[in-house]
Formats: sequence, structure tokens, C-alpha cells
Amino acid sequence: MSRPEDILPPDLFYNDSESRKYTTSSRIQRIQSDMTHRALDMLDLTSPSMILDVGCGSGLSGEILSASDEDGTPGGPHVWIGFDISASMLGVALEKEVEGDLFLADAGQGVPFRAGTFDAAISISAIQWLCNAETSEDSPAGRLSRFFNGLYASLRRGGRAVCQFYPKNDEQKQMVSSAAVKAGFGAGLLEDDPGTKNAKTYLVLTVGGGDTDGDITGVVRGMDGVDVQDSRRRGRDRHGKDVKGSKAWILRKKEQQESRGKVVKATSKYTGRKRRIQW
Amino acid sequence: MKLLTLNFLTCAIKTCKGSPASFPLHPRDSELEIIETDINLPFLKNILPRLTWDAVRTISTELGLPELPATAPTREDLVEPSSTSEDDAEEVPTQVAKDLHRLLLETCVKEGKLVCGCCEHEYQVKEGVANFLLPGHLV
Ligand SMILES: C[S@@+](CC[C@H](N)C(=O)[O-])C[C@H]1O[C@@H](n2cnc3c(N)ncnc32)[C@H](O)[C@@H]1O
Ligand SMILES: [Zn+2]
Repeated sequence: MSRPEDILPPDLFYNDSESRKYTTSSRIQRIQSDMTHRALDMLDLTSPSMILDVGCGSGLSGEILSASDEDGTPGGPHVWIGFDISASMLGVALEKEVEGDLFLADAGQGVPFRAGTFDAAISISAIQWLCNAETSEDSPAGRLSRFFNGLYASLRRGGRAVCQFYPKNDEQKQMVSSAAVKAGFGAGLLEDDPGTKNAKTYLVLTVGGGDTDGDITGVVRGMDGVDVQDSRRRGRDRHGKDVKGSKAWILRKKEQQESRGKVVKATSKYTGRKRRIQW
Repeated sequence: MKLLTLNFLTCAIKTCKGSPASFPLHPRDSELEIIETDINLPFLKNILPRLTWDAVRTISTELGLPELPATAPTREDLVEPSSTSEDDAEEVPTQVAKDLHRLLLETCVKEGKLVCGCCEHEYQVKEGVANFLLPGHLV
């Protein structure tokens, strides 16, 4: 199967129709949700935290971060900030009225937050894109180093990050993890279902200092031999329910909030409709 | 974009890194909106010591919001004393916590721009989304 990174730059690959197709596919929703829960397990958050979502796309992970502990999000509800290079993906996130703040930004250009902003960071199926440079002045090494340096600085001491990504080969896996180590992180790679077509690679990163266990060996040792938890059980069998993000779903969510006395955005002809910001 | 986020965002341009004037970014020509959410007291307690209070005050003033006290509230100021508990869920927010929630998590910049005080670069905000993509030579 060909890799999207080899076909087009990310902002062109994730255009309006691909972003919509991606977000409404129940298969993709399930896979991204499982990986988000897996990453959350490794982040080990016990109370509402400030989280960065790198390559947040249409907010599939973000919706989980915003959920409460009772609804299956450890330590939640968290407050998150997401950024993505695709305006179309962010447009879909806007339509769904996700709770996190969204930015149009390129992770390969850095992370524009002051030092120690975030308790944790998450990135699901995105950073393999950093191994491609779209212009001749730029390079994968430069992009990875700006990203990991910026990420390291933006996390508080003792903070953690988990990046699930799809390395093209072992060389790429090494390139990514060594860029993280060079930026100062303690880094470990965790593989679920290795050697199968469902293999998933997680780069687990820790920032030393602070009150949490900054020692990466501790984190990964803890995970060793842990079976992949079936987050599907926790989850949301949507049979018979409105499809998440559909107009009916948004209206239902608004009604629920209104009935709790919340001011919600006025329902307009744009609600649940195609949105794309023209920059 | 929540005012909370403005308390952490800096200019992305390489030459502004570390320059005190590149934080906070200054909202210009902005249109604000209120988007209500449930108050999250444990989150407020968590984030409070990480706020740069002077920047919270500067931004409020620049947006024409009511003046804030010169010193930041403390964690104790956020919890009704009678409700202080080991269990976060038991704690009741004070008016100070509610006001902080309103200001930082419910007040949002919907349209406008954010301007760096160091290089004067303008970041556009549309529908609450800020554009931080930079031309290659500024990275
Ligand atoms: C497979 S999608 C995953 C989206 C989301 N994390 C999820 O799990 O649903 C990959 C995302 O990475 C984004 N992306 C690719 N390169 C990026 C970059 N350099 N900076 C920010 N986002 C990027 C794409 O635009 C796309 O939204
Ligand atoms: Zn600047």
C-alpha cells in the first residue's frame, strides 16, 4: 500500500474531501480512538491537565481528551490545544465544535508556546509526516529537530509526551527517536502487534525533573507485557445513534447543553455544514 | 481562542525566541465571544501557578475588559473554605474561581489578529483559529 506522505504534502493530501472521508469513517474513528486511549494510558494523568495535540486533525483525539473520567478518559476532562497543517481538517473540527483551541501550524516549524506550558502532549498518526521536507531549503532533520526542541521546551518538568506514528522503516524510526533524544527527552519505543499489518509504534517521551517519574525506563517497564487494552469496550458503540459530527449529532449535543442552562452557539445554516477558513 | 491560550502563546519567529517583547501577543481589532463550558475547578487549581498574571492583566486591559487585581489569586482563593477536601469532586468553587473560569476559559477571540511586540508580525485569527504558518525564511 502506498504511503500518503509519498504522494502529496499533508495540507494537500488532507483536502476537504479526504478530511471528511477520514473523519466520518467508522473504521478510522475506532482505530484513532483506540490509539488515543492507549496513549492516555501511558501518559498516566490523574487530574485535569493542559495537553497539546500535535497534528490534531479533525479532533478525534481531542473529543476523548475533553471527556470526563467517568466517561473513560483518565484524569479528564482535560483542556487541550491542537494544531494541524491542514485547514480542511481544522474545518471539520470546527464543524464538530470541539472544545479545544485550534491552530493552523506546521510542527516542523516549531511549537510556539512558552516554556513549561503543557502537562502532557499527544500526537496520533502524524509525525511520520515530518520525515518529508517540501522545499529544498528545508530538511527532515531540521524539521524533526525544530519540532522536538519546541515540544521539549513547551512541556513542564516531569511532563510526558506520547507520539504514535507510522515509521516507513527502521531507519525512519531511529531518525525520529534520536531527534527526540537529542532535544533532551528520555525516549522509549513501544510496539503493539509487532510484525503484523496492524503494528503500531508509540514513541514515549519524558522530561526530567518535577514530581512525576521522569525516568523513561520506568514508564516503559511498566508497560511491558501489558496487554493492549481493548478500549472498544469502554467505547461508544454508535449503532442506532447519530453519527458523531453529523448535524443531528451537533443539534443533540447543543440541546443537552442548553437544557443545562448553557449559552450555546446559535444554530445557523452553517451548523454541521461544510466549513473551511479561507486564509 | 480562549484567553487562557493567549497566556501561553508566543511569537513563532526564530529571531523573537527569548525576547521578552514576544510575549504576550497583543490582540488587535478583535471580536470576542463567550462560549460557556462547565467549570473545571481541579484544572483551574492546576493551571493557576503557571499563569503569568501580568500578561492576564495586560490582555484584559487591551481587550477593554474590567480591570483585574494587581496580584494573582491563590489556590486557596478558588475553593470555598467549608468544602476543602481530599476529593476534588467535593470542592465548591468560589466567585473568584467562577470569574477566572469566565475570563480564561469562556472568553474567546473569534476574529482579529495577534501582534508580536518584538517583530510586529501579525497572526490572523478567523473563526477562533489562529494561523501560525510562517514563510520559510522566518522559521
Ligand atoms: C492521519 S491524520 C491524524 C489526525 C488526528 N491526530 C487523528 O488521530 O485523527 C494526520 C494529521 O497530521 C497532520 N499533519 C501532517 N503534517 C503535519 C505538520 N507538519 N504539522 C502539523 N500537522 C501535520 C495532517 O494534516 C493530518 O491532519
Ligand atoms: Zn515576533
